[in-house]
Amino acid sequence: MGIYDLLIIGGGPAGLAAGIYGARARLKTVILEKGSPGGQAATTEELENYPGFPGGTTGPGLMKAMAEHARDFGADIKKEEVVDINLSGETKVVVTKSGTEYRARALVLASGAHPRSLNIKGEKDFIGKGVSYCATCDADFFEDLDVVVVGSGDAAVEEAIYLTKFASKVSMIVIHDQGILDCNKLSAERAFSNPKIHWIWSSVLEEVKGDGIVEKVAIKNLKTGKLSEIETNGVFFFVGTVPNTGFLQDEVVLDEKGYIITNERMETSAPGVYAVGDARVKYLRQVVTAAADGAVAAVAAERYLAEEEFLKKQVLDFAGVVITVFWSPMNEDSIAAVACLEKVVQELGDNIKLVKIDVSRSEMTNKRYHVTSIPAVLFFVNGEVVARSSGEITASDVKEQIEALNKYTRGLSHC
Amino acid sequence: MLAVDKENFEAEVLQHQGIVVVDFWSQKCEPCKAIMPEVEELATKYESKAKFCKLDTGGNRRLAISQKVLGLPTIVFYKDGEKVAEFSKEFSMEEVENKLQELI
Repeated sequence: MGIYDLLIIGGGPAGLAAGIYGARARLKTVILEKGSPGGQAATTEELENYPGFPGGTTGPGLMKAMAEHARDFGADIKKEEVVDINLSGETKVVVTKSGTEYRARALVLASGAHPRSLNIKGEKDFIGKGVSYCATCDADFFEDLDVVVVGSGDAAVEEAIYLTKFASKVSMIVIHDQGILDCNKLSAERAFSNPKIHWIWSSVLEEVKGDGIVEKVAIKNLKTGKLSEIETNGVFFFVGTVPNTGFLQDEVVLDEKGYIITNERMETSAPGVYAVGDARVKYLRQVVTAAADGAVAAVAAERYLAEEEFLKKQVLDFAGVVITVFWSPMNEDSIAAVACLEKVVQELGDNIKLVKIDVSRSEMTNKRYHVTSIPAVLFFVNGEVVARSSGEITASDVKEQIEALNKYTRGLSHC
Repeated sequence: MLAVDKENFEAEVLQHQGIVVVDFWSQKCEPCKAIMPEVEELATKYESKAKFCKLDTGGNRRLAISQKVLGLPTIVFYKDGEKVAEFSKEFSMEEVENKLQELI
């Protein structure tokens, strides 16, 4: 299947946006998604604050449009589950559960997160029997029935409001004191004025009980320590998420919770590997910020690839001596150095090549070769730096250096 | 795959002698739609050994609850009309296929 320019792991909003930007920049782009495109956003029915949709839109609808958008620009979306990645070689290798090996020059990790489970008694036993983490998937089972929602963040409160369209009563179990929620104000106001929502404050869920399907839950009041039971038909958990980063092993640096650490360009600790969306350490995990991450990462990857290609073609693969001069059109001294070197190279002729590198467009190269001030001149032979000088560049110094290198390279060809 | 609903579930699933695999799904359930092609593949592969049905829980909610299914996606195995195994939410098609081979 050849080598991809950009391989994106995960087809949620972050991965799809990276796919749109990458494919539009004419990068050969593939998105690997284990389920259907859309990620967690596809399990949220109502999206009220995605910019550009007054009156709201739906998660599945928006995600379908994003996937189509990525395909339109030429991104390939494949149904594959990634189990391993290997970053040790020149191209990055991604292994999937089906046994396929993909190769790519740049990677975007958009593997997202999944709902956290509390692992309380009965929770696992009743999954699909009344315990749920997805209101869109399961809400209509509970038409005219009673459900319990655990959590008090945006997801918990907004999904509880959604559930009131189906259930006759939604009981919110909140760990905080009366009136305190972790969600945004608008959602809190709506929830407080919704007559179908009942509040159980200062409490945690202790156990889910039933015979085959959920019948009741045990709740503990944290203030009194008292246990009580209420009858219910369903329990929805919205108590945060856990990043899907287990497959990364030690290939990139994660924080103590397993989220991928990046800078503002979405660069991870590994060159040419970016992380976007819910799987990375970030302040706000929303569809709009996920999409923004994807755009940033694709542009950063595109520049990285262009720089890599330029360096390889112009410098590393050239047979002979390459003089690279790191300069900037904003720096007088460096302009003088470029002029001086152009003259020298013209005099010396054939086997010597001058490559000008504008430091404002070559951050990766600057970093790789530790160029921190300009002008700087690096001499390459067979792809390796054999000498360097910085500060004032004089024609005689350069000629001397070339002379020495020529002796050196002649020596090499003789042995 | 045969689409079953409240009208024909009794005859097609509960009265059937042998193995029946029922894929519970709904229009709103994205994960269900994601696995559907793989279930279809299994249905073709084991055509002669087991009967495969799909049940859209939209409009068949009571039937689903009567089968103790209150979450999607869920795949239930019946043998001679008795429920013998099921998978719900987080499961892989490999697990489903292994269970199927064990039963036939």
